[in-house]
Parts: sequence; C-alpha cells; structure tokens
Amino acid sequence: MDDSKINIILEKCTGCTLCVRICPFGAIKIENKKAIIDLSKCNLCGACVDSCKFAAIVVDKGSVAKKDLSAYKDVWVFCEQKKGVIQTISFELLGEGKKLANKLGGKLCAVLLGDKIEPKVDELVWRGADKVYLVDAPELKNYQDDPYTKVLVELVKEYKPEVILCGATVIGRSLISRVAITIDAGLTADCTGLDIDEKERLLLQTRPAFGGNIMATIITPNHRPQMSTVRHKVMKEPELNKSHKAEVIKKKYSNNILSSRTRIIDIVEEIEETINLSEADIIVSGGRGIGGPENFSHIKELAKVLGAAVGASRATVDAGWIPYSHQVGQTGKTVCPKLYIACGISGQIQHLIGMQSSKVILAINKDPDAPIFKVATYGIVGDIFEIIPALTKEFKKILKK
Amino acid sequence: MHIIVCIKQVPNTTDVKIDPVKNTLIREGVESIINPFDTYAIEEAVRLKERFTGKVTVVTMGPPQAESALKEAISLGCDEGILVSDRKFAGSDTWATSYTLSCAIKKIGAFDIILCGKQASDGDTAQVGPGISTHLDIPQVTYVKKIEEIKGGLARVERMMEEGYDIVETPIPCLFTVVKEINTPRLPSLKGMMRAKAAKIVQWTAADINSEPKNIGLDGSPTRVVKIFTPAPRKGGEMLKGDAAELAQKVGDLLKDIII
Repeated sequence: MDDSKINIILEKCTGCTLCVRICPFGAIKIENKKAIIDLSKCNLCGACVDSCKFAAIVVDKGSVAKKDLSAYKDVWVFCEQKKGVIQTISFELLGEGKKLANKLGGKLCAVLLGDKIEPKVDELVWRGADKVYLVDAPELKNYQDDPYTKVLVELVKEYKPEVILCGATVIGRSLISRVAITIDAGLTADCTGLDIDEKERLLLQTRPAFGGNIMATIITPNHRPQMSTVRHKVMKEPELNKSHKAEVIKKKYSNNILSSRTRIIDIVEEIEETINLSEADIIVSGGRGIGGPENFSHIKELAKVLGAAVGASRATVDAGWIPYSHQVGQTGKTVCPKLYIACGISGQIQHLIGMQSSKVILAINKDPDAPIFKVATYGIVGDIFEIIPALTKEFKKILKK
Repeated sequence: MHIIVCIKQVPNTTDVKIDPVKNTLIREGVESIINPFDTYAIEEAVRLKERFTGKVTVVTMGPPQAESALKEAISLGCDEGILVSDRKFAGSDTWATSYTLSCAIKKIGAFDIILCGKQASDGDTAQVGPGISTHLDIPQVTYVKKIEEIKGGLARVERMMEEGYDIVETPIPCLFTVVKEINTPRLPSLKGMMRAKAAKIVQWTAADINSEPKNIGLDGSPTRVVKIFTPAPRKGGEMLKGDAAELAQKVGDLLKDIII
C-alpha cells in the first residue's frame, strides 16, 4: 500500500468488476484480474467501497479528531431581498428550514439585510421564523459582495448557527461562497433535497451533477455551520400564519464592516415579461422549430394567458431571435417549474439538462423522433402554428380570460 | 496588463450516455473538453490583451492529461499555461480547489484581472471563482456579461441578474466570473495551433505552490460525498392524438389543475 487515500487489498480482490460498473467517474479498471484505481479520476466518493462484496477496497476519508461542535445551534435562512422585496426563494427556504430545525430541536432563524427593510420582517415571521436577525443600513440597500459577506460572517461568528440555507441565485451563490471560505465552513451548491441525520446532527444534502445524470449526497462532518444553496421551486412555501411571533434581533455594524470595494453604478431591468425564469411556475419555451424570431409572438401570447415566463433554446438565442436571459439549458438557466411547455424544441441533451426536472413537460414538435418526447409527460406531434393558437384559446376559456 | 484565466477540463456532456440496463453513466470514449463557460473566460482574456496589451496566463488544477486543455487555450491566444497537478489534490471540494488555485496564483505573481467561467458543466457549483477571490482577498464581480471599460485602476462591468443587469465598478486587481453572453469565442488559428504545439506547459505540485497540506485534497475539504446514485431516467409519457381542437381540449383537461 502507498500513501494514497484509497487502496485495493489485492488478496481480497477477485476482479469481479462490480466496482468498475458502479464508479461514477470511470476511474477503475481491471488488469490481471485485479481492480486498479486511476487516482487522477477518482473523487474518493466511496461508491466502490460500498459495492465491493469482498471488502477489498478501503478508503481513508480522514479520521481527524471530532471537534466539539455543540456550540452551534439553530437553522438560518439567508433571506434575499431586491429593491426591498423579499424574494420568493426565501419563503421556500423558510418552509424547508422549519422541518430541519424541528428535526434538530433548534430554532428557525431568518437573516435579513437591507435598507429600511424592517417593515418586511413580518413576512418572514408569518412564514415560520422564530427569530429574525435584522441588519438595516443604507450600505446594504442593494447586494454587494463585500458588506454582505462581512455582515454575515460577523453574525455567524457571534450566534453560531448549525445550518445556513441560501437560494442558489446570482446573489446567493456569490455571497455564500465567500462566507464559507472566510469562516472555513463546508458548502454544497444547488441542492434539490435536504434532510437530517438526527443521530449525528448532520445535514444530508442531495444535489444533481452532470446535469442531473447523477445525484450525490454530501455531508459536512467536522465543520460548522453546514451550508447549502438550494434551487428554486424545489421546496414548498409554507402557509401564512399571521399569529406566529418571533424575537427580532437588530444589529448595527461599523463602517469598516459595511464598506465595499465595489460600487453599483446602475441597476437595469431587462426582461420584458418581468417574470423571472427561475421563479416561474409555468414556462413556455420556443425552439428553432418555431421558424423565426417573429413567431416568438405565439409563444409570448400563450405565456401571457398562463401568466408564464418565456424560455428559449440555445439555437434561438444564438440566432439572435431572443435575448440570452431567456435561454434554458446547460449554458443558460436550469429551471424546474410545475409545467414546461416546449414548442418546436428538438431536445438536445444541453437543453434537457436545464429543464428535465420540471414536474410536467408538454412537448409539441413536428418530428415524431425528436428526443424531447423521451422526457415529455405529454407529447404532441404536429404543426405548432395550429396547436399553439388552439391551446391559447383553450387556456383562455379555462381561465375565463 | 496581466490576465490570469482559471479553467477546468470536463467530460463532454453531449458524449455522456446512460446505460439503459444498469442505469449508470457510460464514460468510455467520452472526450474531455474545456468547460464550456471557461471558453468565454479565455476569449475575454485574449480580447483584454488585444485591447490593452499584456499577457494571458492560463492555469488549471487537474490530472496530467489536463495539459491538453491548456494547450488548447494557448492555441486560442493565451501566452502561458500552468498545470497544477498532484495526487495529494484528490478528493478536493470547492474549498480546497479554490485554495489550491489561489496558492498557484500567488506563485504566478502580480496580476490585474482573474477570469473564470461562471461554473463548470460537470459540478455546476459556481463556488470556485468566488472561493479564489476570497482566499486572495480581492474584490469580485460574478456573472459578468460585459467589461465596459478599464481605466485608472478601475474596471466597470455589467453583472447579469435574474431581472436584468447591474453596472458595477471595482478596483483592480479583481476577479470576474463570466457568462456566455460576454462574447463569441474564436476558433484556434493555425499560428495558434503551432504555438500550442511548441509551448512548454509549466507543471507545479502541491509543494511547488507552497500549499499547506491540511488545506488541500480531502483533508482540506469540509464536505464529504457519502452517496452517489443515478436517478431513474425520466420516461417519455403519453402521446396525444387528434386535430388541433381535440388536442387543445385534451391538454386543457390534463393541465387544468396546474394552470388554475
């Protein structure tokens, strides 16, 4: 054996190839009837260890002395606001955070940073927060990396949460990465499932990788807080309870903490439909099959009736038919709405990666062999110029518009 | 101007197929490519060099075969490639990866701008860019879609937000992560390909970059993967038939509960 963290015990290995098949990274091969691990590909995930029926693979996952982590309590939700409006992802996280807090026997705490934002505290309390950490300062009006990071780091150092949840949004991902590095905490991105190992007090964080082709469950054994960013629309918003009460802790910080190296010159709003793609319950998307930029009007009309956001395939964005902010897929946005209507989208893997976790997918395409039908809940082979107007009319009738 | 680009070699997703019987990823014959988002970072770095003159250094952490990604970056206009590679890095999460890259950048020396793709297509975390800027204690702007100007030690950029964009000004040195909208990457030129062929890639180990053993690889990673599984693939559902009016009515019935 050498100094690597994973080893095959050659006497026990029978060359049965179970590990080769289970390895998600293609890092194991069999030579001379013995398994060999390519360490440049191995991620030390341990999938092979569990698969081996002969206990021939050992992985050293680091046996550092367990730190005393008992000072860390409560589940925090970083509540994102833009222009003083709490973003819906924050409500979804409060709903999920409550469940985790109950399992850990801790409190659910909301963290709110902004300028003259105090009137919004109730919205968080009504959605289950037992405690609200409120930092109100002109410097925190709009998101900036430096002051937001420093304030959150100060709060964490003082109050020691066990878990922090944050939306996997532009702001969330930028902020929470900096916080995790600064306080030496573990961070798992873009989770779609959270649970608690009650015995070990561990947050079990499940997330997709390879565009959802594999799922990984990740823990943070020896660092606190345990931090996750969570995808939009995966967790349920809790019911409003206007009689719920909470303790509000108002904190003030010095100029040093609130200072920023970067400066916002302007905030420009761009999306015509004003519906944020990641937050939308329904998305109507157009692909190359719609024929030309002018035909996005059909898509937009259908979207308008449904109160839906407009999505697009990469091909239409690259062709300049619609701005990039509408692009769904690998190099665009990943979405999981309740309903995704794909019009004239063939369903290249890069597009599927971005939308295949939608709850219901309706695909309309003239090509019966289009790959989109392999993931669609309902498929229609036909002319989108006949079907979309008919759908628009039908939905208008149902919605009495 | 000295620009550093951080890139990652990833499997080409278009090649990744699922074994329909075992429901596992088939990786045999999957080509390695530069992470798609990093190609925009490379292009932007080369454009900055063309705008302001200077040098582009491209760095990656990965196995020895990641050298080919660096050579490709050189063929696209980068000047120097550095491969940070050591078996001790195995099992790195985003904390340890961003620490390792920040150590390599410190060794590279003075720079003006670091560019990263917004995220890698295999992990999708978007955490390594912000991690590097935090380890180096420099300002960052993420999701940059345009570098408007760089003048007098300040850069003015557009940061893509969910509803539009912010115009942000930052002192340099700083780090940007970039989105697809920032540019259209060029193809390698013949001259570039010849330069790449001749280029000598610098190789650094964990010791070369003065990294602390407790901060790299699995030991430097607060997170642990405890389970990996392949979700059941989504199956195609019902194909609806009929003329447009009949179809609309069927769809209306099926989706009524969702849309109301």
